[in-house]
Amino acid sequence: MPVIDLANPTRFLSIVNRVLPWLIALTVILFAVGLFRAMNAPDDYQQGATVKIMFLHVPAAWLGMFGWGLMTVAALGTLVWRHPLADVAGKAAAPIGAAFTFICLVTGSLWGRPTWGTYWVWDARLTSMLVLLLLYFGVLALYWTAEEPSRGARAAAILSLVGAVNLPIIKFSVDWWNTLHQPASVFRMGGSKIDPALLTPLLIMALAFTLLFVTLHLAVMRNEILRRRVRSMRLMQAQELAEVT
Amino acid sequence: MNLGPHADFIVAAYAVTMFVVAVLVAWVALDYSAQRRILGGLEQRGVTRRSQRKG
Repeated sequence: MPVIDLANPTRFLSIVNRVLPWLIALTVILFAVGLFRAMNAPDDYQQGATVKIMFLHVPAAWLGMFGWGLMTVAALGTLVWRHPLADVAGKAAAPIGAAFTFICLVTGSLWGRPTWGTYWVWDARLTSMLVLLLLYFGVLALYWTAEEPSRGARAAAILSLVGAVNLPIIKFSVDWWNTLHQPASVFRMGGSKIDPALLTPLLIMALAFTLLFVTLHLAVMRNEILRRRVRSMRLMQAQELAEVT
Repeated sequence: MNLGPHADFIVAAYAVTMFVVAVLVAWVALDYSAQRRILGGLEQRGVTRRSQRKG
């Protein structure tokens, strides 16, 4: 099947309807395995059992950033190529990305209290992650409050592109500034610093959360396509009523 | 499984995550059924999309 066929919303819907049950099943299985491995992982020699929060916090952080990356690509699709599904994809990613960023901030705070002695510090990593959440709220506000959806989509796409500047700031904040947050320990030059007994459940949970993100994203895109159909049908109905009267 | 002296923080982190994910899933499922219901209602009243019209 040519990739261009995916640009057709009807074709896209039929593919999503076929793929979603499999994705849901795979996500549930991966979460079952990941949670089992996470609960049976050994304690960290310094942090004790609080290291179990890492299995939520780290994937949530990755996916919070991934969501904005997706919105950035979708924004290019909206503004440059005017792809029919690009705006749908961007709008669908925003609430999911915001939810994962929120999970990252809350779990990080709950992890910080026993390990750092504080729920929050205004260091570069934490602050740039909070800025990401506020940017998500900004995009959602643009989508949800615009009277004309296409104008809201353009404004949200521009904010998505501007906000992409924050992604490298989040990633390299721990290298550029002196932060309480630890530097990268999974994906780094010279390999991961985490013991395989903790790294394996972390990667399984990351895969499970990624599949959850993809599943939710496709489902929200499907809802958005249906919502746009409802809108266009109501407009048609209103036009017909106006012509009759 | 012993969660140690900071069990409250670990349980709270997992509870918040499960709650947020549950809210997301419920919102998606409810929104889907709502859009299907509205579309079904419009189609029953004979409203069609431009692409479905003939001639």
